[in-house]
Amino acid sequence: MYQENILEHYENPQNFGEISNPTVSVEDSNPLCGDKLGVHILIDDKEIIKDIKFHGHGCAISMAAMSMLTEKLLGKNINYIKDLSKDDILEMLGIPISMTRIKCALLSLKISKLGFIEYHKDK
Amino acid sequence: MNIEKIRKDFPILEREVHPGKKLVYLDNAATSQKPNQVIDVISEFYRNNNANIHRGVHKLSEESTEMYDDAHTKVSKFINADKMEEMIFTRNTSESINLVMHSLVDGKLKKGDEIISTVMEHHSNIVPWTILKDKGIKVNFVDINEKDGILKLEQFEELINKNTKLVTCIHGSNVLGTINPVKEIGKIAHDNDAFFLVDGAQSVPHMKVDVKKMDCDFFAFSGHKMLAPTGIGALYGKEEILENISPFMYGGDMIKEVSLEKSSWNDLPWKFEAGTSNISGGIGLGAAVDYLESVGMDDIRDHEIKLTEYALNRLEEVDGLKLFGPKDMKIRGGVVSFVLNKVHPHDVASIMDTEGVAVRSGHHCAQPLIERLGENSTTRASFYLYNTKEEVDKLIEGIEKVKKTFRL
Repeated sequence: MYQENILEHYENPQNFGEISNPTVSVEDSNPLCGDKLGVHILIDDKEIIKDIKFHGHGCAISMAAMSMLTEKLLGKNINYIKDLSKDDILEMLGIPISMTRIKCALLSLKISKLGFIEYHKDK
Repeated sequence: MNIEKIRKDFPILEREVHPGKKLVYLDNAATSQKPNQVIDVISEFYRNNNANIHRGVHKLSEESTEMYDDAHTKVSKFINADKMEEMIFTRNTSESINLVMHSLVDGKLKKGDEIISTVMEHHSNIVPWTILKDKGIKVNFVDINEKDGILKLEQFEELINKNTKLVTCIHGSNVLGTINPVKEIGKIAHDNDAFFLVDGAQSVPHMKVDVKKMDCDFFAFSGHKMLAPTGIGALYGKEEILENISPFMYGGDMIKEVSLEKSSWNDLPWKFEAGTSNISGGIGLGAAVDYLESVGMDDIRDHEIKLTEYALNRLEEVDGLKLFGPKDMKIRGGVVSFVLNKVHPHDVASIMDTEGVAVRSGHHCAQPLIERLGENSTTRASFYLYNTKEEVDKLIEGIEKVKKTFRL
């Protein structure tokens, strides 16, 4: 599970930080694990994700997944998130995830979905 | 105490959890493993005696009733209660505490009353009280001394007043290992005419408990942490109090006489055991008590002290590892919580698992305490009578593997 790319993303998370004027700001947690992550997304008029940053703390799996997912989402249309599935995340991670750790991997997906919903809430 | 012989009684300890990796079970504070002597009694009950209790007049009903009632007697003697009337079987510690809460709310607690609990509690001894805020009942929390993880006892005296109706605390902490001075705390409660409830989930399995000596009014614990099956727990309550508080659940078996207008309650402890009980679980709990007594609670405690001391000494040598809880083994149970550098406890536990070492990670159902310690979660190893020094060594090897994986 702890392959080089996972550890690399954990030690040097990509897009880690905050955006001062995000279009969307959401967060969620896995309280049982003590993981808590949040995402700021900047979306332009054409609904393109111009910037995305995440903050918080989590285990190697949840942090690496979030880091990789922000890389994947940057530059994409916000509606890309709508069809993102559990399998997409697992494929992105490219490692076998045990039953007990699946929640860690999918925290990133859950937060992205929350961001998508938040964006469309007032429309 | 012959550990090798004891280990043979627990078939699960023989299994491999991953190819070539034998189980090293260090998650006993979550639940214990079960010896053949308990498993066999339960399966024998279903093969030979099973019937409903306290109603049928046939032979099986008589046998089942006797076995279930006997289990109450065994468990009450185990914690030195005077009689089985003071021993109520529940599902678990949480249900035992909820029973006390509901029974006190129905007639004994009113708006403006106060309760004292502590930040060291398991959620099971926080949530049932904090929800009473809606009824105008306030809960005050005694803090801990961060350095050694012991309660600031003086705060009980400071917080208690004429409105305090209940004082409650955990006997052995499931995170810090701290064993609290319940006798002293109980005295403060009683000097101020408050009830005293002790959460004994982590103490009864591991040490001799004497409810009379600690003079508590209620004492709650679970069977599954003390070699019995899941789904059976217990609540001790002083007879005169149990006689004077309302039942918790209503229905079958807890009544004496029923008319369409009103009912009268059954004798103790059955007044508090509505519906068909977990009969096999209760009998299993009785068998677990037999097993623990045959080994000897003082020997179990000594064994765990030695193991914990050994574990603490070895863990102290690990660079970047932070330990929690008291160092004085007189006030410490076999629970060791730690954090390792910046490695998330989930990752620690996952990597340990690949070596067959079962430890717990997370907030251990004690979020306020973990927060008070300034952490998001910890890794916890917890010992029991069947654990060995070699298994502690496996724990240390597991930690070394974590460090290697994370290039520390």
